[in-house]
Amino acid sequence: MTATRRFLPGWLSSYATLYILFLYLPVIFLPIFSVNTAATPKFPLSGVTLHWYEDLPKTPALIDATWNSLIVGVSASILSTVLGILAARSITRYRYPGRRAINGLIMAPLVLPEVIVAISMLLVMLQLGLSLSLFTVVLGHVLVCIPYSMTVLTSGFEGFDRSLEEASADLGESAFGTFRRVTLPMVAPAIISSLLVCFTISLDEFIIAFFLTGTEATLPIYIWGQLRFAAKLPGVLALGTLLLLASFVLMTIAEILRRRAARRTQNEGGLYA
Amino acid sequence: MLEQVQSERIQTDRTMIEIRDVTRSYGSFKALDNASLAIREGEFFSLLGPSGCGKTTLLRMIAGFDTPTGGSIAVDGQPMEGIPANRRPTNMVFQSYAIFPHLNVEQNVAYGLKRLKLDAGEEKRRVEEALAQVSLTGLGKRRATEISGGQRQRVALARALVMRPKVLLLDEPLSALDKKLREQMQVELRRLQQAVGITFVLVTHDQYEALAMSDRIAVMFGGRIAQVASPKEIYQRPVNRQVADFLGGMNFVKAEIVEENGASLVLDTLGFGRVRTDKPKAFVRNGGAATLGIRPERLRVLWDNATAKFEVAGKVVERHYFGEITHLIVEIPGLEKPLSVTETNDFGADDIPVGAPIRLAYDPEALVAMAD
Repeated sequence: MTATRRFLPGWLSSYATLYILFLYLPVIFLPIFSVNTAATPKFPLSGVTLHWYEDLPKTPALIDATWNSLIVGVSASILSTVLGILAARSITRYRYPGRRAINGLIMAPLVLPEVIVAISMLLVMLQLGLSLSLFTVVLGHVLVCIPYSMTVLTSGFEGFDRSLEEASADLGESAFGTFRRVTLPMVAPAIISSLLVCFTISLDEFIIAFFLTGTEATLPIYIWGQLRFAAKLPGVLALGTLLLLASFVLMTIAEILRRRAARRTQNEGGLYA
Repeated sequence: MLEQVQSERIQTDRTMIEIRDVTRSYGSFKALDNASLAIREGEFFSLLGPSGCGKTTLLRMIAGFDTPTGGSIAVDGQPMEGIPANRRPTNMVFQSYAIFPHLNVEQNVAYGLKRLKLDAGEEKRRVEEALAQVSLTGLGKRRATEISGGQRQRVALARALVMRPKVLLLDEPLSALDKKLREQMQVELRRLQQAVGITFVLVTHDQYEALAMSDRIAVMFGGRIAQVASPKEIYQRPVNRQVADFLGGMNFVKAEIVEENGASLVLDTLGFGRVRTDKPKAFVRNGGAATLGIRPERLRVLWDNATAKFEVAGKVVERHYFGEITHLIVEIPGLEKPLSVTETNDFGADDIPVGAPIRLAYDPEALVAMAD
């Protein structure tokens, strides 16, 4: 703290404070208004209540939407992580022409306009004769999750010292045994981290789900639907707060695991000793 | 001397590793070109050469991580073709040590034993024994990330030795250590090899390391084996300029062949006059010219009126102080390049002024003839 004070002139720290406020103030309003007794989000609060939270489990449509989101989230995270593992392994381990281009193309959905991606996917799905369902949402989410999965996994796989696998073989272990006893334990944190990140992304994703879902709504779609009714707003705010909390917790765990994986794979040998 | 005696005890004449005409090509590039070598049982053998000379490729082929594109390798009489690394009677100490970071020291050492399905007591006993061999007793519970570079290297050694391999392969095991620790480990590695009696094959680019530890050395350049001999012979009787140059300093003097017969050569040089030397085994004459070599430490400064049977006279042109020794550059009339001389500092070689006339004594035995 003292170091920060010494090196940051006064204006710089106030700028930093404003910056953080700008980023997080809107988010703070969500939990604040979700405990307001009045239905309109306005200061001053008319009273504090957990009433809106208690109402959440009593809404069947919400329960359905939650289930749908869980199904989509779990499927999409598993699928994109499996695909991500294969791609990340190939990109971090082998050198071949077009490696960078392939990496770029896999990462591209991160910056493509989501509406466009959603519309294109809708067109493709319809051309393929697939009827819109949770399955199509899963496919859409896999597309947007893979870049995140790749980021987490490549940072976990990068610097994986190949001689560790050779050492295992040298000590008599088979290829499968090496995978089970060396490779997997070392990259497991990155894999779990990728699953969590993808799940979180899928849980919050709106646009693609909006275009690709059939009659079964996911949570963000449900929230969108509820916004039409002013009276339902506090319930939406309560739900939003819970989603926010869940995302925050999941992402924190994912980041801790990712760092642990990155630390593990770096076999520092004697080079830094 | 003591080591010499000990090594004779554990070494046998039996061939442990037979490398026959081994080639490894990558497209048109040959990392290894028709290399043949027989490494004896119980021998401490070094593959020495600059980076890219093929020494690591050869080691990895013995371990089973690389496959020859031509020729064959046999370990203990058994052809290795088609046998994967995990079924070879060899174990390796990797350059990066490759310590499993998610396991502790004990688990690292026991890694290979797990597959042998020993009973718990026997496994524990062997792990303890291996840790004791590398002086790591009591550190078994340490995490792999909590130990120093030198200790990591010992873990790598213990992990390989615990498997009781027929051959232990060491890939530049000391290159990551600092100088002091490296010198200490050289002595320890040699002692360990004598104690366990296993054939060691060491890959290194450090000539002093190879000279200090090995029973025999193979010097390699550009995928070919240039010379295989004892450290002393390699150093004193290098087969060519390249080998001589790679192992320590060497003064090269142009020479003309006056006479050649079965065992000796008579050479005419400008600085050293007419010289009769042993003819090297692999000497193949290339026209009338040859090169005469003499190590800088085999030239001795003659003080005051001292004389020697064989001497050259010249003038000091440079002086470099290295603590225990001084390095003098001496110009000799008639030699196109000045001679390098190293002299210990006990008689004041560090005080010889630049520009002073100087006389150097040498032993004709120290002169080496090399083909041009």
